[in-house]
Formats: sequence, structure tokens, C-alpha cells
Amino acid sequence: MASQQQQSAIKGAKVLMVGAGGIGCELLKTLALSGFEDIHIIDMDTIEVSNLNRQFLFRRSHVGQSKAKVARDAVLRFRPHINISSYHANVKNPEFDVDFFKQFDVVLNGLDNLDARRHVNRLCLAADVPLVESGTTGFLGQVTVHIKGKTECYECQTKPAPKTYPVCTITSTPTKFVHCIVWAKDLLFAKLFGDKNQDNDLNVRSNNSASSSKETEDVFERSEDEDIEQYGRKIYDHVFGSNIEAALSNEETWKNRKRPRPIYSKDVLPESLTQQNGSTQNCSVTGGDSMVSVMPWLGLKNPQELWGLTQNSLVFIEALKLFFAKRKKEIGHLTFDKDDQLAVEFVTAAANIRAESFEIPLHSLFEAKGIAGNIVHAVATTNAIIAGLIVIEAIKVLKKDDDKYRMTYCLEHPSKKMLLMPIEPYEPNPACYVCSKTPLVLEINTRKSKLRDLVDRIVTAKLGMNLPLIMHGASLLYEVGDDLDDIMVANYNANLEKPLSELPSPIVNGSILTVEDLQQELSCKINVKHREEFDEEKEPEGMVLSGWTQVPATNGESASTSNNEKPADVTESSSGSETASKKRRLSEIEPSNHKKETENVESDDDDIMEVENPMIVSKKIRVE
Amino acid sequence: MDGEELTEQETALYDRQIRVWGAGAQRRLSKCHVLVSGIKGTVAEFCKNIVLAGVGSVTLLDDRLVTEEAFNANFLILPDENAYAGKTVAEICCDSLKEFNPMVHVSIEKGDLSTLGVDFFEKFDVVVIGYSSRATKKAVNEKCRKLTKRVAFYTVDCRGSCGEIFVDLQNYKYTKKKLDETVECELTFPSFEEAVSVPWKPIPRRTAKLYFAKRVIELFEETEGRKPGECSLSDLPRVLKLKNELCEGNSVSENLIPDSLLERLVSGKTEFPPACAIIGGILGQEVIKVISGKGEPLKNFFYFDAEDGKGVIEDISH
Repeated sequence: MASQQQQSAIKGAKVLMVGAGGIGCELLKTLALSGFEDIHIIDMDTIEVSNLNRQFLFRRSHVGQSKAKVARDAVLRFRPHINISSYHANVKNPEFDVDFFKQFDVVLNGLDNLDARRHVNRLCLAADVPLVESGTTGFLGQVTVHIKGKTECYECQTKPAPKTYPVCTITSTPTKFVHCIVWAKDLLFAKLFGDKNQDNDLNVRSNNSASSSKETEDVFERSEDEDIEQYGRKIYDHVFGSNIEAALSNEETWKNRKRPRPIYSKDVLPESLTQQNGSTQNCSVTGGDSMVSVMPWLGLKNPQELWGLTQNSLVFIEALKLFFAKRKKEIGHLTFDKDDQLAVEFVTAAANIRAESFEIPLHSLFEAKGIAGNIVHAVATTNAIIAGLIVIEAIKVLKKDDDKYRMTYCLEHPSKKMLLMPIEPYEPNPACYVCSKTPLVLEINTRKSKLRDLVDRIVTAKLGMNLPLIMHGASLLYEVGDDLDDIMVANYNANLEKPLSELPSPIVNGSILTVEDLQQELSCKINVKHREEFDEEKEPEGMVLSGWTQVPATNGESASTSNNEKPADVTESSSGSETASKKRRLSEIEPSNHKKETENVESDDDDIMEVENPMIVSKKIRVE
Repeated sequence: MDGEELTEQETALYDRQIRVWGAGAQRRLSKCHVLVSGIKGTVAEFCKNIVLAGVGSVTLLDDRLVTEEAFNANFLILPDENAYAGKTVAEICCDSLKEFNPMVHVSIEKGDLSTLGVDFFEKFDVVVIGYSSRATKKAVNEKCRKLTKRVAFYTVDCRGSCGEIFVDLQNYKYTKKKLDETVECELTFPSFEEAVSVPWKPIPRRTAKLYFAKRVIELFEETEGRKPGECSLSDLPRVLKLKNELCEGNSVSENLIPDSLLERLVSGKTEFPPACAIIGGILGQEVIKVISGKGEPLKNFFYFDAEDGKGVIEDISH
């Protein structure tokens, strides 16, 4: 394979890598060893300890530094004479526009989220630059090739969106542990420690019936001199006790469901923890604020151990006390961060107590952290294999070996004796709204839904637009950008709050909207159909977009209530994509000179597999 | 289970992989001792993988002096002549590997693999032979099989963009998940000698051609007294002649092994780095799986050819 022609194609190539993490480190190393001499790499992240088990270009001393930069430096050590340009930036930044992408012969993705992948896909289409996509989770992985006009684009087959849950499941009727996590993280934690002005579905009013005539108090309001432990117990009793009792009073809800049991602190914990344990806040504060933790103080050493109700309750109260005692300044501004040990402890405890109440199995801190933090499990070997496959495809792209492009799946268990299964790419999907410009259909209540709902749920979340522009006929209803003057911004903000049918250019049944993102050079038409009612359980968003077929989300337990959580998507998981169009392989439409020149070898079926959904043989993503 | 549990440092470092294979497997890894010999690009990849995974120790055996050729596909060797002059491949790789994970004990052994006694191999749980002759592979495999302790034996070879992995786990018990149950299974592996001398006629036609092609090259090198990998295009006519003789001796058609494949193997002195990453990755995965005792191991050959992009398992025994 090391022919002269190949070597010179590699030597003269200009390659863009997006992502310098798990796949990125392996890929940069293999590209350099293979003779590539001009590599650009973009990554916005900095190095963390949990990266070091596989991102081998990084050392402990590099924690906190830019991944792109450190990767570059590490590879230059064994290939000092090649050119590597690193960008510590978000690939969605305006500087990475179509002209930027146009300078490359091929783009190689090593990303970990769907959003960025779609963005890069669109820019590659706009710039007409081939894209090699990839992803890994545990032992599974795949590599795909996308060439405009020749193969599917990355979005021709819809990818599963992050799992979201109906609000009522989270606030009232949880049945799975992940529901409890979402409650603990996005409701309770957010209410206690996050931005007070944010909308929150948690019931905070005290259920004291005696005060029905007065303003009911907000239980979460704490007065300056209120004892922290008392406050903590008050919160505990409210969310695990009185709120549950209030919910139980609604008979309808529980007709066909198991009733939860209220839990009060006095029944689980001794009267005063301070009395019991002597000194108040004698906990291990070995480092800075982020090292603050209650586990060691309570004698809980093993994060994989299951805690009982009492232990969970202790963690709940003590963690809450610790936030107020040591991290007071942050209260009111905190967002949940999986690397914030105290936050993870608190959320684990809260989720477990709620789970106990609803007879849902409890989970260890290790498991809870994985769910709450959308942690993707990962090992070095899969990334190395995928990186090798990416470079092989990249070389084919440079040599323009059209008939040799393959989508390759790396399986955990062999299928027809194969651990690595190559498949011919599919032709573009004529109904793809990204590369084929097909219009979409949106069913929505034009009298009730506001423009803001459309922007958040459809344009940003589902269509993945970064800097959208919404037009109705000649009327510009909304846009995002740096160069807007105050009057325009005020106008757009006003529009956001209006129901669709009350906009300056009213959107009603039969209206056609044009939605664009100039940076991605993507333009979509949306045909609007008015519908009065939507099923709260099945259509929780109150609108349905078609022509963009939603694949059922994975059964992996990732927790997000809203669409602004970055999904832990890395691999196309099982369940077939429902796209209406027939998919035809490249070889069915191209002239026959693609067939490999084979010697007169006995038998052998055609080398290419007829497999519709190879990922079906793989296991679902699991947190162990 | 005190002292048996992972340290806080290990839990933090190995978090993402513990979520794949569990804390129990991680503990078993940390107690495992691996011997690796014949370090070229593919084996360098393998070493990187198991060091990152957190095995107990890795012992490197490769007394070749570092030359410019050595760092072709081997990223563990930095092209600084002042640093590598006079040092062996094992010494340089050892220094680099230590950096990847300070918790793994990486060291070197000197000596000729074929002269080391049975006792030497008893120190290890896993033995991986890279760049090596057929005779040496056979000798080491026999020594490993003589031990009462079960030593997992692997050979790995990459020529150009083609690779072969061989596995011998003797009698191997493991657990497998079937639906919601955990099932206990057992496999019996043939020795290296047995696996490479299986008569060709009964082997299914669909078997990877690389199996046969590798046997031809192996035998060619042995009969010509060549060092492993020391072939070139000028040897092709004699290799093809040997192929024909072997096919005749086995009563199979010459067409069983494409000449073009042999041509590629004979001129593939340098390893193709993407193939190294892939084969080193598969090997790493297999060794980790065997150490953890979870999941069905590869039995008993694995082949990769970048030409068709397939990674295939072949079960070849008498």
C-alpha cells in the first residue's frame, strides 16, 4: 500500500482534525506516523485526570492545559519536522467559516457530541470537502465517509436525540432511577444552589393549610440566622415528606400506580447531628473548594458501595450544610458539574431518598455520577482501532478511490466471524433536509405556541442551527448575530414572546417559513400546519416536526430534561432508522469498473456485506 | 476487602474504563504480569494499550539496537540520535511507556527468547511474541504449555497492511452474559505447532487467505535461514514456487492463495501505521478480556487486511 502515488498524496495533503480527545490523540499519532505533514487540529477542551486512561499524549502535569496544544507538542516530539497547527477554540466559532474549511483536502472528526458533528457536517457540505466521521463507546465504534453528492451526508440518516422526559414524570411519577437523578439535579439542586430567577417546576410552597388565606411561604427562602441544619431538615421534610403527602392526596394519579411513601427526617436521623458527632464541620478540606466532600467524614470510602436510607439522608444533610458553610459565595450561581464532588454527593443522596420513597432501586455514587454527568465509558483500544480505520479512509479520499470508500463498524462480539465489518456507503438521501433541501412539516398550535418555543425546540435543538435566521415571506421575524442594533434586538425579543398567529407577519395554517444559518450555509423550508391538541405524554413539546424523522432515543441512562444538555452520543445505537427513502449502495448506481480485480479464486461470496443495521448486533449502551 | 480495593488515585484515573469492565476486572489487571518481545510498530501499540489499561507489570525483550528503521511505525522511539545511540529498542520503549502510566511497572529483560528456560516464563500471566521466527514461537509456546500455571500465549505479526494474531489459552474457562444470566463456558485451544500445521484440504474455502499466505512466508524464511521479515520482492519467484509445492503437498489448488497477496506480504517490510493501530488495538482488547476473565476470547486467529478492511476471526485446529 505504500506506493509512490500514495505517499505523495499523503505528503501534500492538508488535513483538519476536529477533536483532540480519545479518538483525536490516537488519530494525530497515526496520521503523523503515516507520513502526513500538514495537520490542523481544533479542540475547545482542557485536560482532566479522567482523560489520562486513554488520551495518552497527555500527562498528569498537563491537567488544565489545552488538549489541542499539548497533543501537538507531544506528537512533534517524535515527528519534529511536520506542521501541526492547534486551535484552542470551539469549532462553532465564526472564524471557522466555509472559507476556512475550503483549504483542507479532508476533514476528520473525533467529536463527542451530536451538535458539533452536525455543524461540521454542514460546513463540509458547504465547502465541498470530504468528511470522515467516527465515534466510540466502550468496545463499540464506527467510521463513516461523507462525500457531497456521492454518499450520504452525516445527517441523511437521523441520529437519536438526547433523551428527554415529560415534566410530570420527573415532578410526580418517577418510575426509574434516572427520573430521580433528573429531579435531584435539575430541580432540587438547581433550586437550592442555582439561579433563583430560573423557572423551576419544584413545588416550593409550604403545604400548611392553616395559612391558606395568607401568602404561602417559600420553603427554600432561608433567613440569615437560620440554623443550617434546621434549614436542611426543613427542605428534606418538605421535598420527601409534605410534597409526597400532597401528591398522594390526588387519588387519580395513583389509581394504577404504586404509591410513594413520605419520608421525614425525624424518622431516619437522630434529633441533632451536631450533638451526635461533636464538632460541626470537621470534614476533610484537603484542597481547594472543589475538594470539599462529606464522604470521608461519614466513613464512606467506596464510591461503588450502595448506601442505605440513613446514610443517604446523612449525606444529604451534611452536604447541604457544607455548601453553606464552605461555599456560600457560590450559592445562587451553581450549576451541576460532574467533577464537583460535593454536588455529586448531594445529588446522589437526594436521588436515592426519592428512589426509596418510590421503591425504585438505589444506586451507588459511582453509578449516579455516570447518569447525572452523562459520562461516556471509554477505553484506549477502541479509539486506537477507530483511528487506524479513519486514516485508511482518509488516504482513500486523497487518492479519490471512489469505489473503495467504506463505513466500518467495530463490534464487541463478532458477526459472521467479523470484528471489523466494512460496508459500502449509501447514496445521498433525497429526502434529507440538509443535503437535499427537502422541506419539513411542522404541526403546532399557532395560537398558543410562541415564537420562542419554535426557536428553542425546533430551530436550535432539532435542526441544530447555531446562528439562526427566521423569515416568513419577506418578513424577518428573528435572527441572532453580533451586528444587530438595539432596535432590531428589541424587536426580535418582542417577537419571541408572541404567539405565532400574532406575529407582525402572522404564522397560521399553511404558512411557509424559511429558516437559515448563514455560517452553516444551511437553508430549510418549513410548512406549518395548525393543530389544536397534543398528547402530553407522547408529544410533551407540544409540536411535531416531520421530514426529520425522530429515531427513538437509546435506552442508555443519560439524564437531561431540556435540549440544552449536550448528549452523550457517540455511536449510532440500535433500532433502525425510519427514513422513508430506500437506501441504495453506491455499487448499484455506479458503473461496473468498481469491482475488484479478482484472481480466479474459488467461491467467495461478494465481499461486501448486505447488512441493514449492523449496530443491531451490538449491545446497548450500559452503565455498569 | 481492604487492601483489595482500588486506591482513590486508581479510581480517578481509571473511571472511564471501570465503567466498561468493572472494578473487579480492574483489580485483576493490576495484578497481571505481561512479557512482550519483538517490538515493532504493532507491538508498540499493544504495549501502549496495556500500560494505559493498568496491568501490574510489562517486561520488554528486544535487544536490537535502535536504528533509523526502528522508529518507522514506532512512536515510542523519539528520533533523537543522541538519546537512542547505543541503546536497545527495549530500553528506549521502556522509558517512553513508563510515562503513560506511572502505576505500571515497566522493565526490560535481555537475552535470546529461544534460549530462556521454562522457569523464566513462570513469572508471567501473558506472553506476547512479536517479530519472531516460527521456530522461536513454537519453542516458547511449548515452554508455556509445560507450566502448571496457565500462561496466555499470543503471537502478532504485521507485514505492510496485513496482520495476524494467534491465541493459545490452552483450557480456558470464562463467563459470558446470555440474556440476563451469566453463563460459564469452556474452550480448548490448540498449540501453536498444531495450529500452523493443520492440513489445508479440510479447511473451509472461505477461510481468510492470509492464514495460508502467512504459513508460506513463515516456511520460506525458515528454510532460507532468513530473519523474520527479511524478505523482498526479489524473493517472490521462490516464494511462489514454495507456495505451489505446499499446495500440491496438501492436495489443494494453487488458486487457494492469490499471488498478489504473497507479493504484498513479501514486499511489506515496513508496517503500515494504521494497521499497527488496529491490530495492536485488537490484541490489547483480547489480552485485557482474558485477564479479566469476562467475555468470550478470540479463538484462535485474527486477520486484518487494509485492502478489504475486514477484521476476521478464524478458528483453525485439527
